[in-house]
Amino acid sequence: MGIQISLSREFQRREVLVSGHVVPKPGRCVQCGICSFNCPIGIDVRRHAWLGEHIEASQCLTCGECVRRCPRGVLSFERTELFMKGF
Amino acid sequence: MNRYVIVGTGVTGVTALNTLRTNDPSAEISMVGDDPHGFYSRPGIVYYLNGEIPENQLPIFSKKDWKPLNVHFVKGVASRLDLRNHLLEIDSSSVLKYDRLLIASGSTAVTLTIPGACLKGVVKLDDFEDTRHIISLARHANCAVVVGGGIIAVELVEGLMARGLKVHYFLRGDRYWPNVLDEKESRLLEHRLAEDGVILHYQTEAAEVLGKRGKVVGVRTTKGETIRCQVVAVGIGVKPRMELAKSAGLATDRGILTDETLQTSSPDVFAAGDVSQVHDPQSGKSIVDTLWHPALDKGKVAAINMTGKRSTYVRTLTTNVLRLAGVLTSIIGAVGSGVDDDLVSVARGSSETWHELPNTISLESNGDVNHVRLMIGEKKLVGAIVMGDQKLSDPIQELISSKVDISSIRNLLIPGAPLGQIIMDFWSAHKLPVRSA
Repeated sequence: MGIQISLSREFQRREVLVSGHVVPKPGRCVQCGICSFNCPIGIDVRRHAWLGEHIEASQCLTCGECVRRCPRGVLSFERTELFMKGF
Repeated sequence: MNRYVIVGTGVTGVTALNTLRTNDPSAEISMVGDDPHGFYSRPGIVYYLNGEIPENQLPIFSKKDWKPLNVHFVKGVASRLDLRNHLLEIDSSSVLKYDRLLIASGSTAVTLTIPGACLKGVVKLDDFEDTRHIISLARHANCAVVVGGGIIAVELVEGLMARGLKVHYFLRGDRYWPNVLDEKESRLLEHRLAEDGVILHYQTEAAEVLGKRGKVVGVRTTKGETIRCQVVAVGIGVKPRMELAKSAGLATDRGILTDETLQTSSPDVFAAGDVSQVHDPQSGKSIVDTLWHPALDKGKVAAINMTGKRSTYVRTLTTNVLRLAGVLTSIIGAVGSGVDDDLVSVARGSSETWHELPNTISLESNGDVNHVRLMIGEKKLVGAIVMGDQKLSDPIQELISSKVDISSIRNLLIPGAPLGQIIMDFWSAHKLPVRSA
């Protein structure tokens, strides 16, 4: 039972990771750069927040490192249309 | 060709520069600043202090970003302003002629006035160089005393802890930040700090910084106790840098007084950011904020008006979201009242509007880590504190800023009620989209 719950959670987590992208709320961002510093592939997430743009770079792994590390809750995952169910 | 001069290289100045260049592509724009590091994330210096980012992460713009802005930088202190002849003197040596000028010189930390306050080891956390200095001192220190209140004092406490120092935190009163937080919230944060090893001293004030050969060796408290330390970190508030404005004869109070177009008492001089005290037509008051986003918005409005177009600064809901003692915290609208004895002036990263609580009732919902406090007026929410889980932060911001009538759920908002669920259901029913900008 425990294993089933754990697998289900892991499935949900991965589903979000592959079907979402990172979205900044520029009204919260103070440009500290923690997000860019922690991006494993060097995307300048901070610049996206300055410009108010979603992180739609095809290289983005949606690993969630920037979302997790932001000290001001600026970044979040949002579902993309691209992988909606029924596609 | 218009000649614009911006005094200050912070977020207000850079936003103004960006706006001026967009609206007046052929203008000659000069920027005057005395910070050797130019434009960087000032709120970000605390993350450099606590080791989350290296210092080369702080500058926000690269050469590529500066190029299209085509600005002439002048390093130095804007020392004299000649309003009649439209001249700005820099370091009492060079002179710039302007058609319109923006003062965005920001604010600076208030220093201690007790004996020993000038000793090496007494520090503030104002800018890039201060942070470098603290990090350098921390390498050869094992104990620090922090005095002050608000956000910056706790950030100093956490930064010095992260640098491996034992930290004593002095509070003049019975609890932390009493004019913004309620007692439970203060205790929650104090508890988190104590768990991390911070030694909190209540009703304690530094009477003298003790020194030897010009360096800090301890602090004597007003109770007569002596604490040995090598660093004394001060976060007792900030004051606007308005010497230039004062000496030129511009109208000032707690900041440089401006109307809602950010125009000062002199028609071709504007002021924005931490240094400004802006008239709010809605309340009739003139208000000082030391927050990043109001500073950015004011820079934009001032620049539009400098080009001759018309724009007014509309005060939006003053909000700050930050990590305090490891707890993600949103401070939204009016949440407290009175004064904080640990601060002698406005704290960095705050707004005077947070302390202007009208007649409201306060309702709280607590979990182990998560906490929500709503300030409820007759028909609408006027403020909130959200700690921990931030799901409610955006919906509450939206309900407050849109002044949504909450009469239909007013009776449900009673002690012990599931506040989070009630607010989420109400917000969803109103189909108010989460603000994304």
